[in-house]
Amino acid sequence: MFAARAARDLFRPPYEFSEILKHLYELGARSAPLIAVSGLAVGVVLSMHTRATLERFGAESMIPAGLAMALIRETGPLTTGLLLSGRIGAGIGAELGAMRVTEQIDALEASGVDSFRYLVVTRVAACLIAFPLLTTIMNFAGIYGGYLAETLASGMSLQLYSQRAFAMIDFPMFVASTLKTMVFGFIIATVSSYFGFRTTQGTEGVGRASTQSVVVSSILLIIVNVLLVQAIFVLFPSVR
Amino acid sequence: MNGVMPAVRFDHVTTVLGGRAVLDDISFDIAPGESVVVLGKSGTGKSVTLKTIMGLMTPDAGQVFVEGEQVTDAPRHVLSEIRQRLGFLFQNSALFDSISVGENVAFPLRRHTDCDDAKIEEIVSGKLAQVGLESDYDKMPSQLSGGMKKRVGLARAIVLDPPILLVDEPSAGLDPITGGEIDDLLCALRDQGTTLVMVTHNIPSARKVARRLMVLDAGQIVAEGTAEELDRSELPLVQTFMKSEGSG
Repeated sequence: MFAARAARDLFRPPYEFSEILKHLYELGARSAPLIAVSGLAVGVVLSMHTRATLERFGAESMIPAGLAMALIRETGPLTTGLLLSGRIGAGIGAELGAMRVTEQIDALEASGVDSFRYLVVTRVAACLIAFPLLTTIMNFAGIYGGYLAETLASGMSLQLYSQRAFAMIDFPMFVASTLKTMVFGFIIATVSSYFGFRTTQGTEGVGRASTQSVVVSSILLIIVNVLLVQAIFVLFPSVR
Repeated sequence: MNGVMPAVRFDHVTTVLGGRAVLDDISFDIAPGESVVVLGKSGTGKSVTLKTIMGLMTPDAGQVFVEGEQVTDAPRHVLSEIRQRLGFLFQNSALFDSISVGENVAFPLRRHTDCDDAKIEEIVSGKLAQVGLESDYDKMPSQLSGGMKKRVGLARAIVLDPPILLVDEPSAGLDPITGGEIDDLLCALRDQGTTLVMVTHNIPSARKVARRLMVLDAGQIVAEGTAEELDRSELPLVQTFMKSEGSG
């Protein structure tokens, strides 16, 4: 019911543009450093593991392409989703939980404001916009993290690395894998808003809402990811 | 009521919480401009009464009307319009902690009026001056004392000049002097014709602000009248309340 209402109200005016922009900055822009640094580290590690494996078959030249495909298809979106379920999910759960126990949500309603639209729908909208962008940052940071490891190991040039990395990436693959993170954003925003909204029992309840937001949204995200991969394979056969 | 439409009407309202009827088939009217204080022990449904008037809680049975309009089951846009005619001072002030004092008070104006920034600032400054906080416009709620938060909450509650003001435990957690200052502000609003519905444990405060007192117990209104009439009540609960001088 909660998620259905969020989905329905996303497309019904009035739109709270200033709140959406504020959340885009808080939830999106301020997550970018975390995502970029994580992506860089993931890229370096993936490159090191891939090299160790492909070296046995004399296929080191496939490292950039393998790394880019792994990142764009799965590792980038899923890692971004899980990282953001920690940062954003906990944040939304705690913030709305604190607003609930301090009667700030009641105060919004008393001011004649639809608290659901003002607090939940704006966060969902911001996550829908931010997640694909942050996933793209993760993907590129990972790919060029891989370049750092690769250039140290083999001295490969940036131009050659980029050519090989993007040689096997087609547009449908990139779009399908990146846009699926909008679903992740919807899950994280609605689940954590739900736990925040129904917080009771003071500060203890706020902590519980924050924890439940992260745990439940992470589990849902992993399960839904399996279904989305299947759906992408059906809808975009070229991605297989 | 002599044919005058009541500011607030409870019509056989029942609210059950945790299996217990905190309001049990309660009916009463509050006339425009009247100041009513609801008294009762903790957990007897005083705050529930206020939240039901505001439409923040829905009764299990019965109807609630504000200036003749039904609050219970009202569509959201109607409820939003009704709420603009109600001010609510929360027990813990419930200030939005991420925005400044001035923006807290300005919030209802930004949502419900077409005033430009200059006009909003002028109105907000006026309301803050009314509660004695004109120099605290840019402070954050975390920088305020409990009494100052109550004053800001009051300024926010009256910024749209609502005809009806609901006040939940205005002196709770405050020293007697600060509590008395809040009471003076409420008396000033009462004298300007605002309908006041206040919940409190503080009998001196109730005597000062109210023209009529209602005592809730076990889901029922067990006594009702002026302070002088309740002083003469023979009910032990009412006697205990009226003789107490506690400060909430």
